[in-house]
Amino acid sequence: MIIELGHYALVLALATAVIQAALPILGARLNDRGLMELASSAAVACFLLVAFAFAVLTFAYVTSDFSVRNVWENSHSLKPLIYKISGVWGNHEGSMLLWLLILTFFSALVAAFGRNLPETLKANVLAVQAWIASAFALFILLTSNPFARLIPAPGEGKDLNPILQDVGLAIHPPLLYLGYVGFSVCFSFAIAALIEGRIDAAWARWVRPWTLAAWTFLTAGISMGSYWAYYELGWGGWWFWDPVENASFMPWLAGTALLHSALVMEKREALKIWTVLLAIMTFSLSLLGTFLVRSGVLTSVHAFATDPTRGVFILAILVFFIGGAFFLFALRASHLKAGGIFAPISREGALVFNNLILTTATVTVLTGTLYPLVLEALTGDKISVGPPFFNMTFGLLMLPLLFAVPFGPLLAWKRGDLAGVSQRLFAAVAIGLLFGTAYYYFMNGGPVLALFGIALGVYLIGGSLTDLALRSGLGKVAGNVAWKRFSGLPRSAFGTALAHIGLGVTLIGVVAVTAFETETVVEMKPGMTVEAGGYTLRFDGMRNGSGPNYSEESGHFTISRGGVAIDEVWSSKRLYQARRMPTTEAGIRTFGLSQLYVSLGDQISEGGIVVRIWWKPMILSIWGGTLFMMAGGFVSLSDRRLRVGAPARAKRPKTVPVGAAE
Amino acid sequence: MTRKQKRLAIIGGGVGFLVLAAFLVMFAFSQAIAYFYVPSDLAKADVPPGTRIRLGGVVEAGSVKRGDGKTVTFTVTDTLSGVPVTYTGILPDLFREGQGVVTEGTFVAGSSVFVADSVLAKHDETYMPKDVADRLKAQGVELSGKETIR
Repeated sequence: MIIELGHYALVLALATAVIQAALPILGARLNDRGLMELASSAAVACFLLVAFAFAVLTFAYVTSDFSVRNVWENSHSLKPLIYKISGVWGNHEGSMLLWLLILTFFSALVAAFGRNLPETLKANVLAVQAWIASAFALFILLTSNPFARLIPAPGEGKDLNPILQDVGLAIHPPLLYLGYVGFSVCFSFAIAALIEGRIDAAWARWVRPWTLAAWTFLTAGISMGSYWAYYELGWGGWWFWDPVENASFMPWLAGTALLHSALVMEKREALKIWTVLLAIMTFSLSLLGTFLVRSGVLTSVHAFATDPTRGVFILAILVFFIGGAFFLFALRASHLKAGGIFAPISREGALVFNNLILTTATVTVLTGTLYPLVLEALTGDKISVGPPFFNMTFGLLMLPLLFAVPFGPLLAWKRGDLAGVSQRLFAAVAIGLLFGTAYYYFMNGGPVLALFGIALGVYLIGGSLTDLALRSGLGKVAGNVAWKRFSGLPRSAFGTALAHIGLGVTLIGVVAVTAFETETVVEMKPGMTVEAGGYTLRFDGMRNGSGPNYSEESGHFTISRGGVAIDEVWSSKRLYQARRMPTTEAGIRTFGLSQLYVSLGDQISEGGIVVRIWWKPMILSIWGGTLFMMAGGFVSLSDRRLRVGAPARAKRPKTVPVGAAE
Repeated sequence: MTRKQKRLAIIGGGVGFLVLAAFLVMFAFSQAIAYFYVPSDLAKADVPPGTRIRLGGVVEAGSVKRGDGKTVTFTVTDTLSGVPVTYTGILPDLFREGQGVVTEGTFVAGSSVFVADSVLAKHDETYMPKDVADRLKAQGVELSGKETIR
């Protein structure tokens, strides 16, 4: 009964979304306040209905109700509670429901925090959000109903894919979706601006916090996914340039460009049309990602099951929204008043440079991701485009941007002084080269390019700190005055610095691991030792064990340095009973920012086993850097100027409601 | 600089960068992609030694032999013909005889053995790589098991 209520709530949510999609936009046309205000209440109602449906599905999972087909296919009564809950979105139907839940959540947020938005803009934004929600609700109800019953109910479920039985599943998809789907708000704002044919700096001020929030969550989601793949798959890799990874990386790149172009628009009233286009592109790439991952055109762990009707349906949604948006853009973009032109050497010039490179890089990744699909469709040839392609193109194209990053915040708006800024960054360059050289000698050899890679990373960090130091007048004024100025800097200045520092930190990790990691594959018998990264690993033997729904064989290793045992590590192979599926649970030990990574292969002879051991120098700084980026995002978000719903300094005094007083 | 010159500088720089990117992409496509073959394609296609390709098929039953410890040899077949493959390293968890695999590597000059440096099998026990399944179906090979292709 409760299951049917969930199903019914989803149908009601669709009905609400359709109303929200149609009436407010009519209201905005007719200037009918009643119809426009309907948007907010409909958005909240729609969110509550979807949330109820989601809760019902979760309840079915927690109580292991195998009369629900989706639960039977993806759950097992012996599965630990956390995986029963996270298993809700560990399958196609549930994850689409999560997608919809987050979409309606963002609509409800716009309804709640957008009290000071101009009435018509708000009505249009919420209507566009509702178009997307209607499309996806319809998709779920028609092709991917998670509430379908199975009669008679089987006694036991088929269990969740063991790879997904990990805390990663509880964290990665929700964060990723908060990012992916968060960009829908930017998209809706862009479409609303096109519908109204009017756009100004205030528009950018409203859009920026949403972009920032979505970007921050997407950063977290991608980073978490990367770390999860790293420790769970047992291959020791942290990024594979897999199409599924690219699907999330492209909106991130475009979103990063959007963050920066919205800044130019807000401050200088320039790049208006470009910003609107970027907002559309970013969410289009999110939709494309959803299509690539969910339609089954790609085979991967993310493509839970392949059903052609679903692929066609998502493709139709994709074509409708992307095509429609670009059509509207082509029709209306000329109505938007273009901004002014500016000097190439200036803050805005630097931001344009950023946009040029980021969008080019996005297109490059897009080409590499879609080319095999297109080629196969056209000629039947099957090719794989792997890391060598992306390293060659993406890596080289991004290089100039990395050099330019510290220049941006140091250049003045309108007209910058390139020579002066170069002078100020001299110290950062010097420190970078010093660190690079020192690390290179410390590592005893390796590619010379690594020296410059590390130097570039340190320069990024140093350059960001230089900006903060100069702004607070460090060295020019007394220490306490400088401190006062420093603490009085706007939050967004810290946000920028933190995000750019994060980029440097991540870069250092990427370079160090790429250049200096060591990999040893060896057959080991108990008592044998292997050297890795200055540590000695001794294999002590195997042990059998079991967990709630699996059995495992674990190898025990003792780690010693200079003859003294300092640590131990277990590495195992598991066999999950329900699916008879083996998985590798790598043994990982952290030393500072570096890690030892031990993965088991096949047993060969009595007591002998193939072992793969990696030394991953500085690897944690790859994800550490993304923590800095996220911190930067949140700090920026807390800036008064950007606070969601902060008064927009009354551009339209006649519509300021009481709530805007704050 | 005049307004016009500024505009030209910005547009010129942008277009220059895009052209550079386009060349880079085309160069990378000519260098860094791998074509996919099944064993019976190889007789027709002349793959020069040293060219990276992907070879997919089914691991022939009874063909897996372990050399000294970590080197493994096996035959990848599409039932019409088979190619011997050597691989040094740890095989994926789901590598089994009779299951689909995709290997990536090169042929060494003067030998018909395919030296793979990566072996892929999906994280699903009933999985056969889509590439392999498509090719096998195209050759009229009956795929047994109701859930062979997912």
